[in-house]
Amino acid sequence: MATRILAVDDSASMRQMVTFTLKGAGYDVEEAADGQQALDKAKGGKFDLVLSDVNMPVMDGITLIKELRTLSNYKFTPILMLTTESTGDKKSEGKTAGATGWIVKPFNPDQLLTTIKKVLG
Amino acid sequence: MSIDISQFLQTFYEESFEGLDIMESELLNLNVGSADKETINTIFRAAHSIKGGSGTFGLSSVADYTHVLETLLDEMRDGKRDVSQYSVDLMLQSVDVLREMLSALQSSEDLEHDRIASSHKQLTDLLSEGSSSSNEIDESVSSVEGNKENQSNGGWLIDFTPFPNLMKTGNDPVRIIRELDELGDLKIELDDEKIPSTDEIDPENCYLSWKLTLQTEADEETIKDVFAWVDDECDLKITPLVVSGEYTGPDRRDSQPVGQDRQIANRRSASKEQSSIRVGTDKVDDLINMVGELVITQSMLHQLHDVEEFNQHTLERLQDGLAQLEQHTRELQENVMRIRMMPISFAFQRFPRLVRDLSNQLGKSIELKLTGEQTELDKTVMEKIGDPLVHLVRNSLDHGIEMPDVRSEAGKPETGTIELNAFHQGGNIVIEIKDDGAGLNTNKILQKAKDNGLVKETDTLTKEQINDLIFQPGFSTADVVSDVSGRGVGMDVVRRNIRALNGTVDVSSSPGVGSVFTIRLPLTLAILDGQLVRVGNETYVVPLISIIESLQVKSEFVNAVTGSAEVYKLRNEYIPILRLYEVFDIEPDTKNLTKGMLVVVESEGQKIAIFVDELLSQQQVVIKSLETNFKKIDGLSGATILGDGTVALIADIVGLYHLYQKNIVPSELKVIHGGGVAA
Repeated sequence: MATRILAVDDSASMRQMVTFTLKGAGYDVEEAADGQQALDKAKGGKFDLVLSDVNMPVMDGITLIKELRTLSNYKFTPILMLTTESTGDKKSEGKTAGATGWIVKPFNPDQLLTTIKKVLG
Repeated sequence: MSIDISQFLQTFYEESFEGLDIMESELLNLNVGSADKETINTIFRAAHSIKGGSGTFGLSSVADYTHVLETLLDEMRDGKRDVSQYSVDLMLQSVDVLREMLSALQSSEDLEHDRIASSHKQLTDLLSEGSSSSNEIDESVSSVEGNKENQSNGGWLIDFTPFPNLMKTGNDPVRIIRELDELGDLKIELDDEKIPSTDEIDPENCYLSWKLTLQTEADEETIKDVFAWVDDECDLKITPLVVSGEYTGPDRRDSQPVGQDRQIANRRSASKEQSSIRVGTDKVDDLINMVGELVITQSMLHQLHDVEEFNQHTLERLQDGLAQLEQHTRELQENVMRIRMMPISFAFQRFPRLVRDLSNQLGKSIELKLTGEQTELDKTVMEKIGDPLVHLVRNSLDHGIEMPDVRSEAGKPETGTIELNAFHQGGNIVIEIKDDGAGLNTNKILQKAKDNGLVKETDTLTKEQINDLIFQPGFSTADVVSDVSGRGVGMDVVRRNIRALNGTVDVSSSPGVGSVFTIRLPLTLAILDGQLVRVGNETYVVPLISIIESLQVKSEFVNAVTGSAEVYKLRNEYIPILRLYEVFDIEPDTKNLTKGMLVVVESEGQKIAIFVDELLSQQQVVIKSLETNFKKIDGLSGATILGDGTVALIADIVGLYHLYQKNIVPSELKVIHGGGVAA
């Protein structure tokens, strides 16, 4: 079974780009437009990696990470935040919440793939 | 592997424009002084998304510009900066600048660098004022890639002791070690002394630590980067390796600092701006359902295809099938039309900003109320109604609402109100622009109309007729043309534009209380509710919206004004008669008025009775343009194809009236025009 990735971002163009890149590399990708949607999807199935934006309506990325870490299925799942350099303090906030690491926006598809491959081993 | 990310640009532009609309409306909601945190957060999020996307998709000019805006908003969000009127104004302006930048980039036009630079400077100036500690944070973060003079010396000795909880953030020491291995020649020493006895062990904890010797040319920053994610979850000591002899490790440099400004989309395709429409999935699902039903009906009818001879039973099935086909076709048509329908909020959303800016400019205090924003309207109609609406709202602002002191003298609240209201009525959408201003000054309008020769000195006009004069070409009551509404475009243009959409605009007003402009528009331009009429062998379609009544002629009510002009007396009104067969030069069944029918229609406030042989059915017709398929013909607005395959021409009432006018001496018309007390 292909490796499953959950891509969470409120920006449709960002989701398109991430999905296109990851699918092209053979991953199975599901999208969510905010933290709540992501949480619902995560509960409905097991993902091998979660890639989440921080600033989102309804439920932000930090809350999503906290919520995911309370689920036994996602205790050790790699969760990467998509941050920007101007939200530097969010990194530590995210780490405290349980994030594995981060990818700094803007990134290009190659950078994204390199990081994902690194994490998934 | 390289991916052409320009394919996502269209989506990026669309969502960015939506984001800018949100920013604009939320900025207008922002109370200076006591700003709502959630509102600021919403604005910040929109700016943040635009910045993130523009950076990713290689639009560095947009990313740079938005960055300043975002920093400003970030400080406001954190309470480090007060929300001042000036900053709100500046941010509103920057929304405009961004919108222009994105439009220009989208249509591959040149950017207005001067305007962008000056706006950028205003923002940075504002940013550097007051306490902005986050500025420093910003720099410290972005200078990570700045050259720290830390030359490699052949390798590093790394003491890596993860905290027990390292794996609880999804991190894995193995991944880190593997990554280091890629940087050079790695020697690993494992320390497993801290593993407790089996009954005390917590399998979720990490008890191991490592001593790593890495021979590499990579500098300290690169090594630190590998540990960046687990910085707070381990004890890390990186010391230079003291080596004797030359290092002869593999020369590999795989790591790329993430977040560097790489120009990606230079080859951004010169995508022309496409007209696209966002449709709710429910609408699309309905359509697919509908098509499914249609296919079932089709296969049901197909079964009858091979029937040799129809009997009672098969005939009934055929009738059922045809009835279903009719129903499904109609539903399908309605649903397809719904796809083009959009809530009128798209046209309304620019008004809060417009009213705010103009009332500031005019020194008036005005509150704007919007209702019925969810009323749906055809996309094309929506695009074309924007300008007339703006003109009417400007007009109400400028001429309708009085200055605050005048208002309080008149015993009215100082703050004037303009209401925009949209609703469906019959097959039409109605938009009202209502103000509680001074109302139209009928005396002034009448005098002006007399001065301009629009009305004769001796004419007596009703109040409605006087008010209607403001829509006449070349009419303007403003003594001084103001910057706001007097831009060389008169109300006549507003009316002309609305008429081009098969709509009408009227005004009602009472002195001191206010005015209401009412726009009526068809829901769509593609379909018309029509009355079919017959003249000789020809069928014409008269738009149902313009028909007042149809009647049989009583000869005693027909008067000839002079010579050729005939009028019909209908309840104290005299209505000119237009014989359709004369206009289109065809042979009718009868030329005797009493043997045919009169269809009384109204357009441009003028009634006219069209003489035809016979009324046929009423039905919806799909409008086919004559201009694109043939050529423009006076008196006709288009054509349609009827159920039996014949072509019927659609009458253009305004055009017919103009044709009629041409055939009559102008002075005779004036009598009719001026109040209908002729003959």
